[in-house]
Amino acid sequence: MADASGAGQSPLAQFEIKPLYKLELGGYDISFTNSALFMLIAFLLITFFLLLSTRRRETVPGRWQVMAELSYEFIASLIRDTIGAEGRKYFPFVFTAFMFILVGNLLGMTPYSFTFTSHIIVTFALAGLIFVGVTIIAIAKHGLHFFSFFLPPGTPWIMAPLLVPIEVISYLSRPISLSVRLFANMLAGHTLLKVIAGFVGLLGVAGVLPLALVTALTGLEILIAFLQAYVFAILTCLYINDALHLH
Amino acid sequence: MIDKQLPPSLDELDSKLNEVAAKRNNRRARPKERGAGLGFAVKIGVDIVAAIIVGVGVGLLLDNWLGTKPWLLIVFFVFGAAAGMLNVFRAVSGYGYAAGYQHKVREEGTDNGERNR
Repeated sequence: MADASGAGQSPLAQFEIKPLYKLELGGYDISFTNSALFMLIAFLLITFFLLLSTRRRETVPGRWQVMAELSYEFIASLIRDTIGAEGRKYFPFVFTAFMFILVGNLLGMTPYSFTFTSHIIVTFALAGLIFVGVTIIAIAKHGLHFFSFFLPPGTPWIMAPLLVPIEVISYLSRPISLSVRLFANMLAGHTLLKVIAGFVGLLGVAGVLPLALVTALTGLEILIAFLQAYVFAILTCLYINDALHLH
Repeated sequence: MIDKQLPPSLDELDSKLNEVAAKRNNRRARPKERGAGLGFAVKIGVDIVAAIIVGVGVGLLLDNWLGTKPWLLIVFFVFGAAAGMLNVFRAVSGYGYAAGYQHKVREEGTDNGERNR
């Protein structure tokens, strides 16, 4: 994505959604876009990575098998630490979300690709799904007792009209903060890379300076790509934990 | 000639050894802590903003619905800011990442959370 030809090209052009195959259903535009293409690529990459690397299961694992086992173990221990044994049945979901976001972020780091996690609608759909799912789990498990979640134990009754709205807003802010965090990090990082990469061509010989900076920032972005997927996964686990064990 | 400097007592030695051990432990723990700290920092900034966004959104919606133009917006903006502070307070005061009140007891016994419900 750091193509240095950038003079005259907007640093935001990389986020443009382009329909690749026009489709319409019932008046809705459901074209197959570059965003959808990269989601499909991410999905295929994950599937093939896991299928192929675990095809030959050896006691002494090879490199690919180690990678697959590492990613499995990473999420499994995350769930063990945050939710406990009960959380095991949510492993497939957390693992899928983590891998999808991680591969999406890393795909965005390859040149000429598209970062679908830099669109708020994508991250908000993921976060909204988690939010609704977690709320349903909590209500299914605790029934109406779920609503006591919004009144911290030991609150004086006089404070309730003040605290309940604050708690409700705090709860409702979960999907927003979950989605905005991922989206803003990816958007800001990729824009920054593009802006600084634009200086490389413009500054001539002094362009080595922004080039060095872009190189360093690329490393940082890869760290962020991983970190954001991790934060998303750990927050999903904590929300599920909250839903399973209300106070 | 009497040497006034006594050999260091066992207590002194013990405290020195503890100091060195603590230092070494700190150094060892650092990379992991750094990762956790970075994740923590990344999380917190957005939390305030998100709560304020929700507060303002709820305020505007209720205003439109009840026709009480600016008042509920103002009230819910303050609620939103409070909720944002609450999010951050929870995160830094050892309740962990989670929203919602948690007792510290539960964090120790996550293996069977049922116990503490």
